[in-house]
Amino acid sequence: MVRRPSPAAKVGQWVFLLVALVVGGLLINTLGANLARRSMTFGFGFLLHPANFDIPFHIIDWSLADTYAKVLLVGLLNTLLVSAMGIVSATLFGLLVGIMRLSVNWLVRNIALCFIEFVRNTPQLLQIVFWYFAVLQALPSPRQSLQIPGGFLLNVRGFFVPNLIMNAGGTLLPWLAFLALVATPFAWRLRLKRRRIGAFALALPVAALILLIASINHVEFPALKGFNILGGVPVPPELVALWAGLTIYATAFIAEIVRSSIEAVAKGQHEAARSLGLRRPHVLFLIVLPQALRIMVPQLTSQYLNLIKSSTLGAVVAYPDIFQIFAGTVMNHTGKEVETIIIVMAVFLTINLLFSAFMNWYNSRVALVRH
Amino acid sequence: MRAKEVPAEAAASPGGDLDGFVEGPRTGPARAIDWLRRNLFSSVTNTVLTLLVLALLWWVIPPFFNWMIGDATIAGSSRADCTGDGACWVFIKQRLHTFFWGHYPDDQLWRLAVVAGLMIAFIAPVMRERTRHRGLFVFLLLTLFPLLAGVLLAGGVAGLPFVDSDDWGGLMLCVIIAFVTVAGAIPLGILLALGRRSQLPVIRIFSIGFIELWRGVPLLTVLFMSAVMVPLFLPYGVSVDRLIRAIVAFTLFNAAYMAETVRGGLQGVSEEQEEAAYSLGLKWWQVQVFVTLPQALRIVVPGIVNNIVDLFKDTSLVTIIGLVDLLGAVNLALKDPNWLGLAKEGYVFTAVIFFICCFGMSSYSRRLERRVNRHRTGGR
Amino acid sequence: MNRYVARFIACAALAVFTLGFASGAWADFNSPTLDAIKKRDQLICGVDTGIPGFAFQDAAGKWQGLDIAYCQAIAAAVLGDPNKVKYVGTTAKVRFSVLQSGEIDVLIRDSTHTLSRNSDLGLATGAVNFFTGQAFMVRKSLGVAHVKDLNGATVCVLTGTTLELNIADYGRANNIKINTLLFEKPEEAFAAAEAGRCDGYTDDGGSVAAARSAMKAPKDWVILPELISREFLGSLCRQGDERWSILVKWVHYAMLEAEVLGITQANVDQIKASATNPEVRGFLGLEGDFGKYLGVDNAWAYNIVKAVGNYGENYDKYFGPLELPRGWNNLYNNGGLQYPLSWR
Repeated sequence: MVRRPSPAAKVGQWVFLLVALVVGGLLINTLGANLARRSMTFGFGFLLHPANFDIPFHIIDWSLADTYAKVLLVGLLNTLLVSAMGIVSATLFGLLVGIMRLSVNWLVRNIALCFIEFVRNTPQLLQIVFWYFAVLQALPSPRQSLQIPGGFLLNVRGFFVPNLIMNAGGTLLPWLAFLALVATPFAWRLRLKRRRIGAFALALPVAALILLIASINHVEFPALKGFNILGGVPVPPELVALWAGLTIYATAFIAEIVRSSIEAVAKGQHEAARSLGLRRPHVLFLIVLPQALRIMVPQLTSQYLNLIKSSTLGAVVAYPDIFQIFAGTVMNHTGKEVETIIIVMAVFLTINLLFSAFMNWYNSRVALVRH
Repeated sequence: MRAKEVPAEAAASPGGDLDGFVEGPRTGPARAIDWLRRNLFSSVTNTVLTLLVLALLWWVIPPFFNWMIGDATIAGSSRADCTGDGACWVFIKQRLHTFFWGHYPDDQLWRLAVVAGLMIAFIAPVMRERTRHRGLFVFLLLTLFPLLAGVLLAGGVAGLPFVDSDDWGGLMLCVIIAFVTVAGAIPLGILLALGRRSQLPVIRIFSIGFIELWRGVPLLTVLFMSAVMVPLFLPYGVSVDRLIRAIVAFTLFNAAYMAETVRGGLQGVSEEQEEAAYSLGLKWWQVQVFVTLPQALRIVVPGIVNNIVDLFKDTSLVTIIGLVDLLGAVNLALKDPNWLGLAKEGYVFTAVIFFICCFGMSSYSRRLERRVNRHRTGGR
Repeated sequence: MNRYVARFIACAALAVFTLGFASGAWADFNSPTLDAIKKRDQLICGVDTGIPGFAFQDAAGKWQGLDIAYCQAIAAAVLGDPNKVKYVGTTAKVRFSVLQSGEIDVLIRDSTHTLSRNSDLGLATGAVNFFTGQAFMVRKSLGVAHVKDLNGATVCVLTGTTLELNIADYGRANNIKINTLLFEKPEEAFAAAEAGRCDGYTDDGGSVAAARSAMKAPKDWVILPELISREFLGSLCRQGDERWSILVKWVHYAMLEAEVLGITQANVDQIKASATNPEVRGFLGLEGDFGKYLGVDNAWAYNIVKAVGNYGENYDKYFGPLELPRGWNNLYNNGGLQYPLSWR
């Protein structure tokens, strides 16, 4: 691309900009006139007004007197929660199915292929709706809950997980345990550099586990009381359906990425490793996958972003994500169509940018390890 | 599913090749046993895996088959006819017309048939492997055909009764949305892709901003924007049909994705090609139209078809803004008090229809991909 | 002389301008919405996406329901033909945006008239065509007799409605907690209630009756006696077109007046032929200029009754099958709240 643009083109682009600005100005002008005609105003002051409605599912405290700004936060956290859950599970399953696609076993290979083809060629919305309306709503009522070994309950009201009740002073301990877990990979990396630390690196996670167990007072099992199951941590079916829908759809795409990336790793690598006497699983996990990861990261990034964006489909199964709650309920109660949609779009653009930046950083790190 | 369809299938098992069976030409049962030993029972782990999968299949497939066909009810006309444990296909049968074409008037259905026929006639030369002037046919498919189809479907001219777009629905609506979107998104996507590579800063920044804006937000918000926000930006008294607004939203959204696909192709065209063309004295647009784009587009056709598959699947989202597409029609039918509790039948039916359409397109895309690869590597 | 010519021209120009403005002002006296409807020869009516009683599509795709009857009545009054209506199904979430954007002429979608909608949202309230309150429907097997017993229960609600706000207020006032599950469309909420995902369903009284009729076994469900709020449902227009919202309001009064006068779809022609009572003659447009005042044909009320019948007929037609007693929606002279303003 050595050619310089012609003078006419250079002038043309400014004309284009001018036209774009004029059109934009006209649109905003029309908006102002339309709003004025309906005696409505444009502004974000409504964010500070109390919301006064209940949000069915929230992971931070929520009371009726909280503001619309808090609604935004609650919805955002719900979106991030289901996205994070989906990303973790889709990556694990995607890896599994991708490896299955390369199995020596004809049956395993083709089961994986059938799964991928079926999932990739049906709409994601349909899958989510199917999980919610056809599968989860066909589960028995709370009185006839399905008992799953380990104290889990499954019924039409959701999936109930036993809750760990911490000691009185125990709120601090889980945080310490969490910190220890976060620190573990760093300690492990340090071990690689300085051999002296050696097995001590493993002390951290063990300590974390001991801390956690020590801080548990008792386990609270879910049980039927009155209308609902009480006790335990309830995972509402809306979340389960959306999670399942997001996970399964992304799994199919990630599996194909895993397969193609593994195939892209030079065959010589594989053969060399085998000739050194490594067993096949070792070859896969120690030689091929780490190299395939480099190829995968950019493609995985776009799949993860798709998953986050698709979480808005939760609106059809009553999952209170940012889209349903903010661009729905709040928009309707306040009548701020333009403002709420602008906010939701801005939030998604920000998530997108931050996530891409993070993955680019990770990508550059993975690429560096090679040297 | 046909395993042959997948290009990677041949080289799918790097491990398998290493096990090194050297086989002579064998026939009959010996060959079958050989195949089984190689593919299913080559080692202890493999044998265990095979047995596990077989057990799983045995657990899943017979009940599903019984539900789908064995115990299903097909004959009859009301809920009372569904007595077995299996699927109640009577429901689907009774509602088939709304699933396929919404409330399009019965006496005007011939128009749909004509449009479907025209569609096949226009698509066939584009898809045929050996077609001269394929570009011309693509052009006709994306311009003349939508025009003809639009006039035929909507009517209101030449004695055809007018059919309001509110009466369009079901699968037909999905196909219409997808088709018009493709016709709009491909040219726009090409322009954006060229803009993104442009030397002019304003054009480049505008293209990048446009592409990244649409790629950064969920389709649902874009559709919602078209449904509730766009009318506020239109002058008073001007209102645009919401189907058209939805289609415009789809077009802008998908143009951004098309642009990225096309950009991939543009990057695949070597720079020497362009330089050679410039040195012949061609202008920028001549170089793009006659040299770069033809090569780039040939590379990205499979990618574009994949985009179309995604787009076709996404058409099911319009049910959220109140248009009644296939999934919307199924959802509406499911709440009919006479047919409650048939969600599985409805969704399985929808899934099968979408699968047939999408799998057809993706298989075609894979075939194209192989053809393109053959041309690029094998040369002629 | 030239000066006089110039003066004359200036005066003439001024006169023309004044006349022009005056005629402009006269034109403003008309309603832009009404003009638009007449010009396109079709009313665009925003209705519910589908709830028995108010608005739903039958198996043949034809719209039915009380709200639909109102759309047809307006079309009959303005255009003389009840079939010149385009129905736009709107979800609870988008209904006001769709109205504000000018996509529809009038919203008749079991929407509650409230202070904030009337002021903050910039909506003009027409007439209340359905007096009810927020009701609850629960499974009989739960053994719940009152709303207060619902502490800890989960109910399915439509999002973007007054209902969510009412439940929150009611819970706070009575110190109980009723959990909600927010759905976009009635059919989704019905399905969830049917499946047992929620203990019950809540909506305005009419819609709850509709919900019960849409259950697999309506007899298994009971509607609790309390109404926790006033939900006075009616038509909504955009502000800034007063004459149009007045017309919409009087279409409702015409349907009530017909019932007061005992005029039905079946006997309207016969009464018109032999009417002597001046009230009836005025109503049917045989005397007076009521239609002209509203900017429509003088036989507008006749057209309405001929097209859809009076209010009572429509109530019985669409809510009779749902086994919902008329209650508040009886006429004022029959213990109810429905009254037509004086036909003077």
